[in-house]
Amino acid sequence: MSARPAPLWLTAGVVPLVNVAAAFLAAGLVIALIGENPLEALQIMLRGALGSQYGLGYTLYYTTSFIFTGLAVAVAFHAGHFNIGGEGQALMGGLGAALVALSLPFLPWPILLPLCVLGAALAGAAWVLIPAYLQAYRGSHIVITTIMFNFLAATLLVYLLVGPMKMAGSMAPETARFVPGATLPLMNQMAAWFGLTLTRTPLNLSFVFAILAAIMVWVLIWRTRLGYAIRTVGANPDAAVYAGIPPARITVIALLISGGLAGLMATNEILGVQGRLINEFTAGAGFVGIAVALMGRGHPFGIVLAALLFGVLYQGGAELAFDKPKITREMIIVIQGFVILFAGALEMMFADRIASLYQRFAGQRVGA
Amino acid sequence: MSEAFQIILLAVDSAIRLSVPLLFACLAGLYSERAGVVDIGLEGKMLIGAFAAGATASLVPNPWMGLLAAVLASVLFALVHGFASITQRGNQIVAGVAINVLASGLTAILGNAWFNQGGRTPQLQSGARFNEIVLPFAESARAIPVFGAIYAEVISGHSVLVYGALALVPLTWFILYRTRWGLRLRAVGENPAAVDTAGLSVTALRYSAVIMAGILCGFGGAYLAIAQSAGFITDMTAGKGFIALAALIFAKWRPVPALGACFLFGLLDAVALRIQGVSFPGIGQVPVQAIQALPYLLTVVLLAGFIGKATPPRAVGVPYLKERS
Repeated sequence: MSARPAPLWLTAGVVPLVNVAAAFLAAGLVIALIGENPLEALQIMLRGALGSQYGLGYTLYYTTSFIFTGLAVAVAFHAGHFNIGGEGQALMGGLGAALVALSLPFLPWPILLPLCVLGAALAGAAWVLIPAYLQAYRGSHIVITTIMFNFLAATLLVYLLVGPMKMAGSMAPETARFVPGATLPLMNQMAAWFGLTLTRTPLNLSFVFAILAAIMVWVLIWRTRLGYAIRTVGANPDAAVYAGIPPARITVIALLISGGLAGLMATNEILGVQGRLINEFTAGAGFVGIAVALMGRGHPFGIVLAALLFGVLYQGGAELAFDKPKITREMIIVIQGFVILFAGALEMMFADRIASLYQRFAGQRVGA
Repeated sequence: MSEAFQIILLAVDSAIRLSVPLLFACLAGLYSERAGVVDIGLEGKMLIGAFAAGATASLVPNPWMGLLAAVLASVLFALVHGFASITQRGNQIVAGVAINVLASGLTAILGNAWFNQGGRTPQLQSGARFNEIVLPFAESARAIPVFGAIYAEVISGHSVLVYGALALVPLTWFILYRTRWGLRLRAVGENPAAVDTAGLSVTALRYSAVIMAGILCGFGGAYLAIAQSAGFITDMTAGKGFIALAALIFAKWRPVPALGACFLFGLLDAVALRIQGVSFPGIGQVPVQAIQALPYLLTVVLLAGFIGKATPPRAVGVPYLKERS
């Protein structure tokens, strides 16, 4: 019997869903293990994340960060590389935005704000430049170098925030506040311009940026010459050479885009919410990006959905920790771990089985 | 005895203590990567090991039971890593990330649920820990100049795990270069197809290496929780698994240089702890972050090929697919 290829709805729809379901099942077992009811926990999470304007605002605020970091991982994936340094690149993005905001406060906001956003993207990209160059031209493994650069970014930021950039007179490791012209408006403020009343949440304009970024990544990867080159290098660098595509240069470009997207995550937290640079503001969003990209299978649409799911988990998880003190916020990290395991490392475990089931079923139908 | 000499002795002593968990994790990574399985899950395996050791030793006040639990927990995680990267031929790096994330979440949530101390395990009594061993004549040897002080301060007064870790270096060298299993292990990391052709199981060899890595990470975790400290603390590995990975690259995947690299990174850690707030003549205060950043910086410089070339085992990271006829 000749095997017919599995259709798209199966490989891009059913398989990822089964993988994610396995991850949630495993997480449910952990909740049962500590003596709580997984279904009740799920209910509290969903209500906390989606049941009110307040919850929804927070959910989308978390989603914003994860879209950026998820897209960052995905663009590198398309070029065949694993950028594990989103965390460090996002930290540097915050530094870039802060440097612009603090050094040019006299500029009018229509100039200052875009410069701050640009600063975040450029600083994120700059932080991956050395690992990217070393990967492309000297063959040093990007995973190892970006891990090292995560730690370097964290130590650099601590140094700056307890030293040169620390606000005078403050005990906390943070910079002075930015001028209002360097911060993004909150969603409820923007709604008020149109006469709408929304509950005040940290959700801000960067959510719109995140959606735009997702669309632009889709256009880049599937509708441009560069995107084609990136996918070719990712699929087969040797074939790329024969097609006249220089793998080393494309690798560097793809990773710079990836770093820039990770850097943009800082627009949400630093320009949108904090209005100053603080320590450890990424709170693991760089690593969530890995789970989001794997779950979204590298496609921007999937990434937005996966980021939304993680937004629900983060906001719902906070409510859950409040209602059920035994299920602490780290439950989200457990779920994240299982998602990376089942949707990433074990992605083929169910895929083969599902495909063969489909073959049998489809084969029978043809035979009948 | 001069004061400077005393300071050096204390720094070396604390460097040894700080480098032991690095050494366990580094040798763990060495077995795994020499067999062709990239292991960035060292951190997670150590963390789950530390948690298992702390939790068990608080219930059964016997450090050996703690060590056993640490090894079992860490091996369990190693098997997950092995299943994903060997049997399922999944992405080994993604599997390692999953291990790290899972360990960090599970230890926090289980620790909090079981012990109600915000993720810590209960403070251990002295009988439940690996205590420091004073070697024979340590006190009376102090009378001997120079050597006596080195013997009493640096060589004596560590827990059994410290001596175990040091003994592991020549042992690993012997296993790797002088035993049949070691030869096969190195071969499977360079050219698995050749090993397969010779009639040996690539899968079994790689699993044995991954399990070995699990055992050693368990030792490292147990050292952190029930030898160096008196209980598990949330996220107590604090990046040591990644420094160990850096040390492994620095040592170019060889056991004896691994000892040197781990000691160097341990020494940097000890120095960073000591110089906090100390002003040096002519330089002023050295920011402690500058020294903390050195292991990472040195590794990147090494990887860039500026100070010698670090060439990993040839087949590392590549799942082996037996060709079917």
